[in-house]
Amino acid sequence: MLKVEEVSVRFGGVQAVAGMSLEAPPGRVTGLIGPNGAGKTTLFNVITGLQKPNTGRVLLGDRDLTKASTAKRARAGVGRTFQRLEVFGSLTVYDNVLLAAELAHVKNPSAAAHQLLERVGLGGFAAQQAGVLPTGMARLLELARALAGNPSVLLLDEPGSGLTEAECKALGDLLLSLTADGTAVLLVEHDMELVMRVCQHVYVLDFGQLLAEGSPAEVSANPAVQIAYLGAEEVSA
Amino acid sequence: MAHRNDTPQRMDPVSTLLALTVTGLVTGCIYALTASGLVVTYTTSGIFNFAHGAVGMLAAFGYWQLLEKGMPTLPAFLLTVLVLAPLLGIVIERVLIRRLGNATLEVTLTVTMGLLLLLLAIANTVWDATTPRVLQPFFVGKQVTVATVVLTYHQLLIIAAAITVPLALWAFLRMTRTGIAMRAVVDDRELAALAGASPTRIGQLGWGIGSSLAAVAGILLAAQVELNATTLTLLVINGYAAAVVGRLTSLPLTITGGLVLGVLQSLALGYVTISWLNQVQVIIPMLILFVALLIAPPTRLRVGQLAPLVAPRVPSSRRSLGSTGAFLVLAAGIVAIIPSGQLGNVTHGAAVAIILLSLVPMVGYGGMVSLCQLTFAGIGAVAMAKVGGGPLGLVAAVLAPAAVGALLALPTLRLRGLYLSLATLAFGYAMDNAFFQNASVMTNNLGLPVPRPLGLDNDRGYLLFVVAVFAACAFGVLAMRRSTLGRRLVALGDSPAGCATLGMGIHVTKLVVFALSAGLAGLGGALLGGQQSVVGQSDFALLLSLTLLLMAVVWGVRTISGVFIAALAFELIPQLNGHLGPVGDSVLSLLVGLGAVGLGRSQNGIVGAVLSSPGLRRLPSLPHPRSHSDDVSREEVLTGAQG
Ligand SMILES: Nc1ncnc2c1ncn2[C@@H]1O[C@H](COP(=O)(O)OP(=O)(O)OP(=O)(O)O)[C@@H](O)[C@H]1O
Ligand SMILES: [Mg+2]
Repeated sequence: MLKVEEVSVRFGGVQAVAGMSLEAPPGRVTGLIGPNGAGKTTLFNVITGLQKPNTGRVLLGDRDLTKASTAKRARAGVGRTFQRLEVFGSLTVYDNVLLAAELAHVKNPSAAAHQLLERVGLGGFAAQQAGVLPTGMARLLELARALAGNPSVLLLDEPGSGLTEAECKALGDLLLSLTADGTAVLLVEHDMELVMRVCQHVYVLDFGQLLAEGSPAEVSANPAVQIAYLGAEEVSA
Repeated sequence: MAHRNDTPQRMDPVSTLLALTVTGLVTGCIYALTASGLVVTYTTSGIFNFAHGAVGMLAAFGYWQLLEKGMPTLPAFLLTVLVLAPLLGIVIERVLIRRLGNATLEVTLTVTMGLLLLLLAIANTVWDATTPRVLQPFFVGKQVTVATVVLTYHQLLIIAAAITVPLALWAFLRMTRTGIAMRAVVDDRELAALAGASPTRIGQLGWGIGSSLAAVAGILLAAQVELNATTLTLLVINGYAAAVVGRLTSLPLTITGGLVLGVLQSLALGYVTISWLNQVQVIIPMLILFVALLIAPPTRLRVGQLAPLVAPRVPSSRRSLGSTGAFLVLAAGIVAIIPSGQLGNVTHGAAVAIILLSLVPMVGYGGMVSLCQLTFAGIGAVAMAKVGGGPLGLVAAVLAPAAVGALLALPTLRLRGLYLSLATLAFGYAMDNAFFQNASVMTNNLGLPVPRPLGLDNDRGYLLFVVAVFAACAFGVLAMRRSTLGRRLVALGDSPAGCATLGMGIHVTKLVVFALSAGLAGLGGALLGGQQSVVGQSDFALLLSLTLLLMAVVWGVRTISGVFIAALAFELIPQLNGHLGPVGDSVLSLLVGLGAVGLGRSQNGIVGAVLSSPGLRRLPSLPHPRSHSDDVSREEVLTGAQG
């Protein structure tokens, strides 16, 4: 189980994350939502070791990962995708996933890569160069790549943006099937429909702080959340 | 480098120390000035200007020309520094730099290095390099004596410039609206744009100011050292060290770095007499650069990458076997009919092709821009010269540079991008001076005799051998690219953050690639030596290394065919030179420079553009393989909703 304890991050004058704690237990999709600039991506960077927190700890099970390198955390079972894409643009779609499988010492990396590409719906694009994929497909590729490492905790940073309705629905199914296998998923997503459907527990972040938490129904009924976040969504809808 | 002011010989130790320190401080002031200019352009445009020294050089020549035409000193100086140099900087920014917004490091480096060669070629064409020219110091003959130290007015002027210019810069950046906007751009480009500051205008201003500073430093330096295009261009490389001490961003640290560097150099010149290290003062800046790079805090992994380019396809193993075979058959046919008079040149070209091939894994696949590939080539040649031409000699020609490459990789494992390139530059420059100009390595001024490997005394046979080695190595490089190592390497170049989150340790990959690439270059260097039968320092000079890299990047460093054609071009252009008279000497540099400059448009190089046309357009304009008609609208709703 992934635990984040009292994490704070400051960039010069901006307090991006302020004493945030959360838990992502196995077999559950945990939502992490909040308006733009709330600190969601920064928190992901802290969990994966790409950003040093000013205070706080990151625990995986009873292991303290706060000081571990990014690669070490990955080998300990933390996988992620990026909001601003980090696909290996010069490699083919297939090579992206193959490399991830090789790095994870999967038994038959080639078969695993093909299987994962099928699973996220990119089976027909294996030979494409990853850098020329449209955003939505590149997100799916990052998902497949992250899955190739068989992570016990999977952090997804807005995987639904750029996807079609149908792809988004398929993504939801995939996330639910992952939790059925016992993976802990931590999902940052602006698409509230997806969040409502797959998350069992949602944390709402605003200005780096926890604004509310609970079931999707509970947080969406919370007036403070509506003002900070959902209100805006409803106005535009 | 030779200081005009002779070190006092018969003075008491304290006075000597004082005199050396003051001389060093004066030189350090010039370094500080030039490095400040480098920092200003870097921070405002995000591009490290390799041609900074060349701009200063050109300004010094322009100033000299104005004086020759009879213009008085002060107007000539002001015209050069406040009008001509800034204009040059603004033109460079407008024509070259602005287009480089999202370019890869290898492209931005190549473009400014191409500019360096271009400006150098222009200077050498306009002002024939064989004619000595003297640029008089300011206030000739006037001097003051402070305690025991004699200071010329020229030196005092340098010190005054080094104090006032940074203060003026400081005041400008803190107190004027434009200056404050410039600092905002430095901190955060997008934010500054939101606040109404125009990054393009500020970039232009940055290049104008930077060029002006380069001009001041160039003129002061030329009067102190000599008015020679190559010397001036390369001397300013010393300024890089100072700028790196300031992390390319901090002016106070940069200035301190420049002063420390000047003093250390002067002291070394006065006190260090190591017989085998005759060029110790040249190595010091490189040592400082290296140390500054190493003790600097590690750069954070960049998250959020640039729009990637279409990479040339990697041929399958069957295809590359086929094309290697076809290449060999064709090459054998051509080798058989080449006139004997041309064998030497063609063999030379084939050996160069092997050296250029060593750039493919390093620069083309891994995006690590090595500026010292000829250093490895030279080590290979020296190794074979020392071990002999037998099989063991060939092995040494690969293993010795490979070991050096791995050794260089070790301390630089944590460096990336520009900093890694600068470290290789420092290494290459230091080796250039300490190793290849060293009598105990190169035997004597006539150079080091290198044997033909495996007793291949027949010229045609030797050519065939070199061509076969190229083909085998090319096949090997492609096989490496298709392996896990190749995938790791490309991934590392594309997204270090992505690699890390997959649990990939980057160290082994980097080490292996450095060793591999260095070994390959060494083999090429040894075979080149075998063709020439003698190698000298000039064969592995730093500027030549840069020219070769530019050639490779211009033609396409990501493909085998690209580097092969680059080698051909490198060999052919000097042949044309002979028919073009005096102007021809610079044709190679001119063409390479122009090619590099044109690279801003076609970033995979010429071969890459042909191979992957029409795919050179950026991500957004590419046809979607699948319909995503509602992407845009949905994203707009979402971002609009929360904005
Ligand atoms: N490297 C950085 N340097 C300075 N400030 C940063 C940096 N990264 C993030 N910030 C700031 O920290 C705050 C939180 O940003 P973050 O990207 O974590 O938000 P987010 O919740 O992911 O927003 P979004 O929904 O737009 O993705 C923002 O104010 C942002 O400007
Ligand atoms: Mg974010």
